[in-house]
Amino acid sequence: MSDITDLGVAALRDGVAAGQFSAVEVAEAFNANVAAAQDALNAFIVVTPEKAVEAARAVDAKRAAGEALGAMAGVPIGMKDLFATFGVQTTAASHMLEGFVPQYESTVSQKLWDAGAGMLGKLNLDQFAMGSSNETSHFGNVISPWRRPDGKAQLTPGGSSGGSSAAIAARLAPAATGTDTGGSIRQPAAFTGTTGIKPTYGRCSRWGVVAFASSLDQPGSMGRDVTDCAIMLEAMAGFDPKDSTSLDLPVPAWTASLSADMKGKKVGIPREYRADGMPAEIDAVWEQGIAWLKDAGAEVVEVSLPHTKYALPTYYIIAPAEASSNLARYDGVRYGLRDLPDGAGLQDMYAATRAAGFGPEVKRRILIGTYVLSAGFYDAYYTQAQKVRTLISQDFARAFEQVDVLLTPTAPSAAFALGENVDDPLAMYLNDVFTVPASLAGLPAMSVPAGLDAQGLPLGLQIIGRPLDEQGVLNAGLAIESRAGFTAKPGKWW
Amino acid sequence: MSVDTATVAKIASLARIKVSEPELEAMVPELNGILAWVEQLGEVDVSGVEPMTAVIPNTLRLRDDVIDADPLTGGDKRDAVLANAPAAEHGFFGVPKVIE
Repeated sequence: MSDITDLGVAALRDGVAAGQFSAVEVAEAFNANVAAAQDALNAFIVVTPEKAVEAARAVDAKRAAGEALGAMAGVPIGMKDLFATFGVQTTAASHMLEGFVPQYESTVSQKLWDAGAGMLGKLNLDQFAMGSSNETSHFGNVISPWRRPDGKAQLTPGGSSGGSSAAIAARLAPAATGTDTGGSIRQPAAFTGTTGIKPTYGRCSRWGVVAFASSLDQPGSMGRDVTDCAIMLEAMAGFDPKDSTSLDLPVPAWTASLSADMKGKKVGIPREYRADGMPAEIDAVWEQGIAWLKDAGAEVVEVSLPHTKYALPTYYIIAPAEASSNLARYDGVRYGLRDLPDGAGLQDMYAATRAAGFGPEVKRRILIGTYVLSAGFYDAYYTQAQKVRTLISQDFARAFEQVDVLLTPTAPSAAFALGENVDDPLAMYLNDVFTVPASLAGLPAMSVPAGLDAQGLPLGLQIIGRPLDEQGVLNAGLAIESRAGFTAKPGKWW
Repeated sequence: MSVDTATVAKIASLARIKVSEPELEAMVPELNGILAWVEQLGEVDVSGVEPMTAVIPNTLRLRDDVIDADPLTGGDKRDAVLANAPAAEHGFFGVPKVIE
């Protein structure tokens, strides 16, 4: 065997169970990679090598005692720093929550620990998950392990789950949690040649996840391949009475039912996603994906999602509106930062605290959200957006009367250089043009790596499924994965 | 609809975010750019369309009215609740004086 850190979730778990290596050996190998890359990639906000080893010791002890091992036993993972972790600083990459140490554990992370996973550390992200390039973190940019051939520019790992995607691509973690509000799992996966799935809204509990836009936020899994994502998602998902929007449904056996055979399945190609000015390479990878799914036995048909062009502006009303409401909790009283100028009263303290604790993009979204919800503008902006959201959702429902899944590119470009889009919020928002519609409709969707562009950078394809049909999404993902044969990884320069 | 400096100052005040004069000036064109862009939604015919309330049909549950039904979120958690408070005093959240 070459290197433990080249293995994914399934191989690590099975290797530990079979005694090929111990869980502690696995944890120490990944801990070493994390430590060696931290200065160059900045993928983690906090590293917790002792937590990884502690969980691994427990797994090794269980195995020695002949006890049953969990679905993630012996697999160390990265935890996006949006999930509350007991006793370990949780910041949402903000100054506001710097030093915040939760006294409780999020449901999703607890489920992963219960399944035998260990924590390598808390992964960097865009501040409060607001961003598409990981450039809004208070703790600095995450640098993608991928580079263009000249090696000059630092590239984005995508956002908001940029620490997650970078860590997986650089072999710092075999898998990581992500959260997806408008594309925050899928776009980073596409930019780094990794795989990520956002399940149906309500599959994974939001309890203990720092809130951004509650009607859109959904945790999901990120890893090197479809099987690993399925294993991890199965461990994360499930009904949680502590989340009022959690779906009270059993978790299907996604992993056991994986199949790359698409015979009898129909795949829809939404014609409105053929955006003007789409780079030829994106179009080519899309055509390639169509050919792969046909090869897998699927019938491919064109479908129409007529309100697609309105998805992004709808999202940029609804998400900031919900954010402005959710982030009202940061007041300098109960937790997080307090900025109390000399002689300041309570109102001054609120305003000073929030000015000091939030970064520019977070403030921008809070202000937009406050404006669209304010008296006199609520109906024109917010109610109108929620109505258009209904239309977008109906578009999908009609398409799914004809087809089983939809195939689209994940992002309109390959990874761009850090700094390229920071001065133009609108240009940055356009990154999510293909991922936001499925978020607005609460649909399961995933990104799988499909190839490299002329510069050697990864491109991803997105599969969108019916509500609750994660299986259909995973299977189409597997059909692409098994034909794409994507094995590229970034050359180690860090 | 576009916003001017006074409107942005008002929004910032509603949002309880202190904003300096130069920051205000910089925000006005940014917010106007975003607002002009989202206003294209006005052209969509939404007559007879209900606003979205839940993407996946779901019912709001009620839990049994039992004290400490969930020990994690039940009572008797004062110290855990105060553990991250910037100024916890005598078992309470401390804030600046609000009554003279």
